[in-house]
Amino acid sequence: MRLLTITAAMLVAGMATAETVAPADVQFDEDGAVAVSLTGQPGDAARGRDVFATKSKGNCVSCHAVAQLADVPFHGEVGPELSWTGDNRSAEELRGIVADAKMTFEGSMMPSFYKTKGYIRPGDAYTGKAPKTDELPPLLSAQDIEDVVAFLLTLQES
Amino acid sequence: MTFKALTAIALVAGLSAPLAMAGGADDDTMVINDETEMVTKTAAPAHLDGAVDEVISGWHFRSDETQSLQLDDFDNPGMIFVDQAMDVWNTAEGSEGKACADCHNDPAETMVGVKATYPKWNEEAGEVRTVQMQVNDCRVNRMGAEAWKYDAGKAVSMEAMISLHSRGMPMSVAIDGPAAAMWEKGKEMYYTRTGQLELSCANCHEDNYGNYIRADHLSQGQINGFPVYRLKNAKLNGVHSRFKGCVRDTRAETYSPGSEDFIALELYVASRSNGLSVESPSVRN
Ligand code: HEC
Ligand code: HEC
Repeated sequence: MRLLTITAAMLVAGMATAETVAPADVQFDEDGAVAVSLTGQPGDAARGRDVFATKSKGNCVSCHAVAQLADVPFHGEVGPELSWTGDNRSAEELRGIVADAKMTFEGSMMPSFYKTKGYIRPGDAYTGKAPKTDELPPLLSAQDIEDVVAFLLTLQES
Repeated sequence: MTFKALTAIALVAGLSAPLAMAGGADDDTMVINDETEMVTKTAAPAHLDGAVDEVISGWHFRSDETQSLQLDDFDNPGMIFVDQAMDVWNTAEGSEGKACADCHNDPAETMVGVKATYPKWNEEAGEVRTVQMQVNDCRVNRMGAEAWKYDAGKAVSMEAMISLHSRGMPMSVAIDGPAAAMWEKGKEMYYTRTGQLELSCANCHEDNYGNYIRADHLSQGQINGFPVYRLKNAKLNGVHSRFKGCVRDTRAETYSPGSEDFIALELYVASRSNGLSVESPSVRN
């Protein structure tokens, strides 16, 4: 318990540093890439793998197939396969795509994971009810996004 | 389907382990009780020009085992509810002491073609009505009975029984004249990207039918088979309940079954099924 409390406290402290970029403050370049880390912390690829594959987190696998995730059942086909994405895309491009894919691909079906407002009929998560606040919590935290980006960079041919 | 589906199939073929599924509708044919041949794929109605070329029953996207349950009425679990509704049809209720049968006799004669044309404009009431609304109108105004809760047990079972008497007929819902405004409203809903996931019906059921979204094989979201018996919850499910689930899955605030919004959406989605055989009660996972 004590250990847990300390870890949690450290996490909160880490997230609350001035270096965390708020959703509204993310700077996209004209191609939709984001140059600056959202947290100032390096991403953790192992955690990112979990965010990618877990339904209650990124659930990216519902739309994207990844050969390296052979242990995860049921990969979707809605988006492109990402098994080589680390060869093709830079960290900056990937950060932009995961934070808000519509800045890279106009009208993309891919959800915007780091956004809190501007929705039509937003709801309170998957309850079907009206949201409790004007702004919604983003689908992923800044650190989740850095972790997913780190994971995506590991997806390479060899 | 489209380029995307082809790409997906090519990808699946090229890679082995986790991707062992392929998209698209299958080529099976549906013959009910070894006698009624059903139209499960046909040229899209004119109003879908530019959207899809062919309309395809949701049946084509389900597994062989699930499909087979719909082919014979003895295997179709939805038929139990149809039988129950037949009893209700014959039972007098309400202050007038009347049963449905007192006015409408044998549904196998009087209810033929109803489902194929609903939702439908009702001139006297000045509104578009679903089958359930029409049933409730009879209950309240002719029988002096209570209205049934929308999409709840008795209402859905009765809709299934009435729909059965259109089985095999082509869906032919009217979208012009006084129904046009509601149809436009439903169309706009169909293409609006709602909720925190910002997804429209069209994103999943027009742009991606045939593709898997996680373990779900996306169909065109047609409603010619509604009410449908779902193995998942072991009961009959109405159109509005299905819509509610899909809207909720976009992390949006849903609409209520029976609301004007869902009536409009049902009218529009039903018109996308025009040309497909009425399949109710269908079976899905
Ligand atoms: C609802 C579907 C959906 C979900 C969920 C989804 N994506 Fe996507 N994604 C797409 C689509 C579609 C594209 C293709 C871009 C386009 O044309 O819109 C795409 C493109 C991408 C690309 C760019 C591929 C390239 O190099 O061109 C990356 C990287 C990506 N997604 C990562 C993710 C990650 C990480 C997540 C989860 C945090 C995720 N996606 C969740 C649909 C989705
Ligand atoms: C995020 C994806 C998604 C969105 C958005 C979505 N649906 Fe669905 N829908 C599904 C899935 C998955 C199923 C189950 C598999 C299937 O039949 O396609 C389904 C099933 C259906 C069915 C049942 C089809 C059958 O044959 O039993 C209907 C009808 C339907 N959807 C209508 C709609 C309508 C109308 C909307 C918009 C209000 C909508 N859907 C939005 C994913 C979606």
